[in-house]
Amino acid sequence: MKTIAEINQKIKNGKAVVVTAEEIIGIVDDKGYEEAAELVDVVTTGTFGPMCSSGVFINFGHSDPPIKMKTVSLNDVPAYAGLAAVDAYIGATEVSTTKGMEYGGGHVIQELVAGKDVKLRAFADGTDCYPRKSIETTINKYNVNQIYMYNPRNAYQNYPAATNSTKKTIYTYMGTLLPEFGNITYSTSGELSPLLNDPYYRTIGLGTRIFLGGGQGYVTWQGTQHNPGQARGENGVPLSLAGTIAVSGDLRDMSEDFIRAAVYEKYGVSLFVGIGIPIPIIDVEMLKYTAVRNSEIKTSLADKSGNEKLPETYTYEQLQSGSVEFRGEKVKTAPLSSISKAREIAGILKEWIEKGDFLLTEAVAPLPLENKVNKLEIREIKL
Amino acid sequence: MKKVKVKLHFPRKWISKPLMSEVISRYGIVFNILHADISYDSEGTLIAEITGEDEAVTDSLTYIDSVGVKYKLYNKSIILREDECIHCGACTAVCPSEALTMDKDNKLHFDKEKCLVCELCIKACPLRIISTEF
Repeated sequence: MKTIAEINQKIKNGKAVVVTAEEIIGIVDDKGYEEAAELVDVVTTGTFGPMCSSGVFINFGHSDPPIKMKTVSLNDVPAYAGLAAVDAYIGATEVSTTKGMEYGGGHVIQELVAGKDVKLRAFADGTDCYPRKSIETTINKYNVNQIYMYNPRNAYQNYPAATNSTKKTIYTYMGTLLPEFGNITYSTSGELSPLLNDPYYRTIGLGTRIFLGGGQGYVTWQGTQHNPGQARGENGVPLSLAGTIAVSGDLRDMSEDFIRAAVYEKYGVSLFVGIGIPIPIIDVEMLKYTAVRNSEIKTSLADKSGNEKLPETYTYEQLQSGSVEFRGEKVKTAPLSSISKAREIAGILKEWIEKGDFLLTEAVAPLPLENKVNKLEIREIKL
Repeated sequence: MKKVKVKLHFPRKWISKPLMSEVISRYGIVFNILHADISYDSEGTLIAEITGEDEAVTDSLTYIDSVGVKYKLYNKSIILREDECIHCGACTAVCPSEALTMDKDNKLHFDKEKCLVCELCIKACPLRIISTEF
C-alpha cells in the first residue's frame, strides 16, 4: 500500500502523518483500520526499562609510550580489555571493586553520557611494541576516539510479571518481592512497546534506525535469547518472553534523560535504556498491529523464588490498574519500566520525524522468525 | 491529646504477651497498627500510631519499654528527590500504606500524609533518590 521510500518522501516534504502507539488507538476507534491506515504514515513506539544486557565500547587512544591494556577499570569498575591494545567494553552490570553493588558499569555509563570525567586505570605486562605497564588518567566522552553503546539484548518483546511464593521477602532484578504473593511486579511499556507493535518483525530488522538513549541508533542484530517461537495470542502478540534486539548508537549523542543507572537491592546494577522505534504503516495489517492495546496484551506470571510454576496470566491493562486478583485475593501490582518516559520517547521520535530530522529505514535483513532458545546443560567434561 | 508514630522492635526471644491489649486497657489509648511484620520466634517490627491523653501516651511507651520491647519515635520523614525521578514505579511495589502510587498518567505520586516512614522504599528505589530526613 505504501512503501518506506514513499513515506520518507512525505517526511521530507513535511507531509507525513505521525502518531504515537497510544494515539493510534483512538484514531482506530474513530475511523476504523482501513481509513486509519490510509491516513497515518508512521506510528512511534517507546520504552524505558532496566536492560541489563547493555554496555559501551571505548577506544581510549594511545599514550606515549603506548600500553597494551590487560586489565582496565573505569571509576574502579572493571571493563573487559581482551581486545586490541586500547579497546575496552564496559558492561552495565559490572560492579565496583571499591563500592560493591551500589556503583557499577551502569553508573560509569551514565556519567560518561553526562560528559563527566571518569578515572581510567589500566595495567599491562609490557611488550617490545607496548612497553608501558600501567596508566592512570581521566577520560570523558569527548577525549576518547570512539565511544558507542552496544547492547546485546534490549527491548524484550514481552516479559513475565513476577511474584514470590516463599515466606520471605526476596530481592530480585524484578524488584523487591514481598512474601506469600504479597505483590506482583511487571516490566513493559505495553501498548507503547516497540516489538509489541510489530509482533512478527515485519518492519523492524537489521539496520532499522531507532531512538537510542536520546540520540539516533540502529538495530544491529537479533538480540540474545531472541525467542520468536513463543506462544502467541490470536493477534500475534507473544504471551511471554519473545523477540529481542541488539542495538548500537554513539554515546556522544545520548542524554542522561534517557540513560540512567539502576541498583536493585541485593541483586546489583543495571541500566535504564530509552528506546523508540518508528513503525511505517506500509499496509492495513501493520496498522492493526500498531493499534494493539494493553487489554489485548497478556503476560505470564513467574515465581521468582523458583518454587512454584504459576498458571496465571494477566493483561497489561489489569497489571496497570494497581492490583489484580490472585487466588481470590487482591494483590498489589507495581511497574518497573517507566511508562511516562516511554510516552515521552514516542513523542520525541514523532517530533523528529515530523520535522524531517529522522528518516525511516528499510531493514537490511529481517530478524529471524524461527529460533530455538537453548538451555545450558551441565555435562561431564571429557576434553 | 497527643499522637505519636512509633516503631516497635520485638526481640527474637520475646515471650508472646498480649502487648497491644494490655496497653489499650491500661491506659485507654487508641493503638492503630500501620504495619506489622511479626512472627513467633523471629525478630519483628510493628509501626503504629498511638493517640490519647499526653500522660497516657507517655505511660504506654514506658510500659512497652518495661516489658522489653524497644521503641523508636518517628521524627524523620521520607524525602524523594522528585526532579531525578524517572517514574519507574519500583518503590510502589513495597509501600505498605499507598503513600507511593502511580497516578493515571503513570507518574509517581507521593502522599506524605500517608507515609509511615517504614523506609522500605529507600532500598527499593533503583535510582537511590529516596532518603530520610531527621
